[in-house]
Amino acid sequence: NINPCVQIIIHLLSVISQNSAGQFFSSGHTNNWAVLVCTSRFWFNYRHVANTLSVYRSVKRLGIPDSHIVLMLADDMACNHRNPKPATVFSHKNMELNVYGDDVEVDYRGYEVTVENFLRVLTGRLPPSTPRSKRLLSDDRSNILIYLTGHGGNGFLKFQDSEEISNVELADAFEQMWQKRRYNELLFIIDTCQGASMYERFYSPNIMALASSQVGEDSLSHQPDLAIGVHLMDRYTFYMLEFLEDIHPASKTNMNDLFKVCPKSQCVSTPGHRTDLFLRDPGSVLITDFFGSVRKVELTMDAINLTDPINPVNGEEQKEVYSYADQLPVSEIIHQKPKQKDWHPPDGFILGLWTLILLVFFKTYGIKHLKHIF
Amino acid sequence: MQHDRHKCLTQSVVTSLDISRLAALSIAAVVIIVGVPLWWRTTETYRAWLPVSQIKDLAKLQLHLSADVEVVFARGTVTPEQQKKVPLTQTQDEEHTVDGDLLMQFMILRSQNMKPYRTATIMEEDALKKPTAAEADLSLHMLSESPCGSLVVYVIPESSSLLPEDVNVYIGQRRTALVRISAQMRVGKTLEQLLAQLEPQIKQVLQVMSFSHTDITVALSDRVRFRPGNKESIADSMRAFKSSPGYEITFSLLNPDPKSHQLHWDIEGAVQTYIQPLLTKLSPLANFSMDSQTLYYTMLGVTPRFDSSFEAYTLNADSLAHVINPVEARLGSNAASSNPVLNFLLYVPDIRHSPLYIHDHRKQEVPSNAFHSPRWGGIMVYNVNGFYGSETEFPVHVNINMAKVMGVFLAQLRLLLGVQSLSPPPGFLVAPCGSTGLADWELDRLMWSRSVENIATATTTITSLAQLLDQIGNIVINDNIAQQVSSAVTSLQLAMAELEVGNLGFALQYSKEAILASEKAFFDPSLLHLLYFPDDQKFAIYIPLFLPMCVPILLSMLKIVSEARQRRREKQAKKE
Repeated sequence: NINPCVQIIIHLLSVISQNSAGQFFSSGHTNNWAVLVCTSRFWFNYRHVANTLSVYRSVKRLGIPDSHIVLMLADDMACNHRNPKPATVFSHKNMELNVYGDDVEVDYRGYEVTVENFLRVLTGRLPPSTPRSKRLLSDDRSNILIYLTGHGGNGFLKFQDSEEISNVELADAFEQMWQKRRYNELLFIIDTCQGASMYERFYSPNIMALASSQVGEDSLSHQPDLAIGVHLMDRYTFYMLEFLEDIHPASKTNMNDLFKVCPKSQCVSTPGHRTDLFLRDPGSVLITDFFGSVRKVELTMDAINLTDPINPVNGEEQKEVYSYADQLPVSEIIHQKPKQKDWHPPDGFILGLWTLILLVFFKTYGIKHLKHIF
Repeated sequence: MQHDRHKCLTQSVVTSLDISRLAALSIAAVVIIVGVPLWWRTTETYRAWLPVSQIKDLAKLQLHLSADVEVVFARGTVTPEQQKKVPLTQTQDEEHTVDGDLLMQFMILRSQNMKPYRTATIMEEDALKKPTAAEADLSLHMLSESPCGSLVVYVIPESSSLLPEDVNVYIGQRRTALVRISAQMRVGKTLEQLLAQLEPQIKQVLQVMSFSHTDITVALSDRVRFRPGNKESIADSMRAFKSSPGYEITFSLLNPDPKSHQLHWDIEGAVQTYIQPLLTKLSPLANFSMDSQTLYYTMLGVTPRFDSSFEAYTLNADSLAHVINPVEARLGSNAASSNPVLNFLLYVPDIRHSPLYIHDHRKQEVPSNAFHSPRWGGIMVYNVNGFYGSETEFPVHVNINMAKVMGVFLAQLRLLLGVQSLSPPPGFLVAPCGSTGLADWELDRLMWSRSVENIATATTTITSLAQLLDQIGNIVINDNIAQQVSSAVTSLQLAMAELEVGNLGFALQYSKEAILASEKAFFDPSLLHLLYFPDDQKFAIYIPLFLPMCVPILLSMLKIVSEARQRRREKQAKKE
C-alpha cells in the first residue's frame, strides 16, 4: 500500500542508480592524451616555457601519466646560462611556484621542436625507429588536449623564430587524424597573439577550440619578476591555471566555466572559443574529460575455474652466465703511461717565417752573399 | 646620290628591323615551346600511379559473410518415411545495411548456408548415447572435426537423457550444438512442418554461436558510432581492444608492504600452464608477447575505508576509477613496439588495510575481488591475511595461489580481447569453456568480427588515403607507397572473396595482410604535406623571376603585331 508517488520516486531512484554505470560510458572515451608545445626559443621567451610547464603540471596532477603526454619545449630555460636560479622555472613572481620540479619528462627538446615533427606527431607519420614516448598512440576512444603557445600572427604560429605553421596546415593535420580515427574528441587551446585565427579553418568534427585573443589583438604577458628579469607567464594561461588549481579528479566543472576564464578586464585581450564542430553540448563536457584521466571501470563478475596444476617450468636449464661487455676500457686508459712524443719537423709557419727572413736579407744585401752561406 | 644613300639606309634599316623582329619571335618561341614545359616538368611532384578506380569500388563495401551449418537428425526424431525424404537444402540469407559515414556505405550480406540435412551415422549415434552432454560432445568431436566457421547441430529426441529437464539446447565447447525436440513437435507432422518448427530454435542457436547483427555493428563501431545503439553494444565496443597485429601483456605484482609480506608467485609456470594455451589458440588473430614485473611500495591512489559491518576495508565501485592513474605512472612498457598493452595487476594490500574487498553499487562484495578498465587491463586484490596468525614473525613468506589469480585474469583477458559474455536465451545450456579458456565457436566469432573489422578499417584507410592524395596535389607519392596500396587492394579483394566462400582462416589472414599494407602506406613518413603555398605567396615568388623576362618579350610582340597591322593597312591603302 505504498503511495504511488513514493513508488514512482523509488523507481526513479533505482533507475538513476542503475544508470550511473551507464554514465561511465556517456562521454565515449577511454583514455586521455595531451600534446603540449612551446614554440619559442631565447631567454626573453621564458614565459612560453613557463606556460607549457604549468599546463603540464596541472595535467599530470589531474591524472594523465607521462606515457600519455607529449611535451615539446623549444628551448631550455631551466639550465639556461642566464637563469639566476638554475634548474627552476617559476610561474609566479617572488618565485612562489617552481613548475620544473624533478619529475618533468620532455619528449621533444630544443631544435627537435619543428613544424615537421609537430605534424608528424599529430598524424602519426613518424619513422619506425621513433620510441614510444615520442609517439601519439591514440585510438578512436582517446580524448586529446592540444596546447600551443608562442608567438603568432594572423593565420600562423611561429616555430623557433625561423619557420611557421599556418592554420590551413593545422586544419589538414586534424582532418587526417579524424580520417584515421586518431581521436574521439579534441580540445585545442592556443595562447598567442591573434590566436583565434588559428582555429578559423578547422573543419573536422569533434573539435573544441579556445584562444587567448581575437584576430587583431595581442595576448599580453602577466607579470615580470625583477630577480629573474623576464616576464614569467602570459595572462590567459595564468588565469586558466588559477581556474585549474580548483579542479580535482572528481570535480564536475564543465567547459562553460572554462570559457569564462580571463575576461577582458583581466586579460586585456578578448579570449575566444569555437564549439560549432563539437557534437556534445559544452555544458555537458567535464573539464576532467580533457585535462584529467578518469578511467572507466567495470567490475569483473565472472572468473574461470582453473583446475590443472601448474607444470613446473624447467628450473634445471643452464642459465646463461651473462658477462658485461666493456664498452670503454677505463682501466686501460687511466693506467696508461704517456706516449713518447715523436719529433715532428717544424711547422709551415716557422718555415715560412725563416724563408721570409732569408729573402729579405738577400734582397737587402744582394745575392752575392749567397755563396758565403752555402 | 642622296636618294641612293637614302634607299641604302632604308634597306639596311629594314633588314636590321627584320633581324630584330626574327630575334624577338624566336626568343618568344623558345620561351613558350621549351621554357614553359621545362618549368612545368621540373616543378611537378612525382606521383606514382594508384589504382583509384579499384579503390572507389572498394568504398562501396559489400561483404558477404557465409557460414556452413549442418543439421543432423538422430534416430527417433524423424519417422522412417520422413527419413527417406530428408536431404533438403535451405539457404538463409539476411541482408543488413550498416550506414557508415559520408565516405562509405557498408552492406553486409549474411548468409548461413545450410548443407543438406542428413541423419546421424552409427558412430554418431553411439556418441549420442553417452551419459552426459559433455562426453557426447567430446566423442562427436573425435569423430569429425568441423572446419573453422562451420557448425553442426544435432537434433536429438525427447527421450534422450543427455540434457537436463528444463534445457532444450546444449552448446558444446567445440562447434557442435544439441537441440532436443519435444514430442508434440514430432508426432503427426510432416517433414516440412517439423523443419518449420525447428527453424526458430536453430536460428537462436546460430545467434549465439555464429555471427549476428550486433557483432557486425560492434566490429564497425568506429565508423557507425553516430547512430545511438543500445548501451550494451556501446559498452562492448568500447571495452575490447581494437584489432592490432600484436599485443603486449604485462603481469605486475604490487607489494606495498614488503616489510610485512614477502610474496612469491610462480608467474612463469602459471603463464605457461594457464595463459599460453589461450594465446596459442588465438595466434591466428595476433601475436602476443608477455612479461611480468614486481613493484614494491606502490600504493593504490585511494584510501580504503573500514566498514565495521563487514569487518574489513572496502573500496566501492565509484572510487575505483581513481585507482588506476597513480599506479599507471609506475608501470613501465616495452619501448620497442607500438603495440597496445594489456596490464594485469595483482595487488596485495598492506597489513594495515587488510583484508580489502571491492563492493559494487549495492554494497555487496564482488566474488572475484577484481575490476577491469576498458582497453587498459585489470586489477585484482588478493588478501593474504588469512594465511598467517597474529603472532608470526614479519616478513611472512606467502605463496600466491596462481590458479585462482589466473582464473580471474583469464576472464578479464577474454573480455578485453573481445569475447563477449552473452547471457544465453532461456532453455540454453552453454558448456563452460575448456582449459584453454576459449571455446571453438567463441574463437570463430572472434575471427568473424576481426575479419570484418580489419576489412572495414583497411578499406577506409585506403579510401581516405586516396582522397587525401587527391585533395593535396603537393604530396609526393613514391613507388613504395603505390606498391603498398596495390597490395592492400589485392589482399582486400582476396579477403572478401574468401569470406564469401566461407574460408574463415584464409579470410582473416588476408585481412591482416591488408591492414598491415594499408597502415604502412598511410603512415609512411614521406607523406607529410608541408608545402602549403597560399596564392599570394605563389605570386610573390614567381613575379620577380618571370616578369622582367616577359615584359620585353611581350612588348616586342605587341610592337611586331602593331607594325604588321600598320603595314597591312598601308598595303591596302596602296592598292586602292
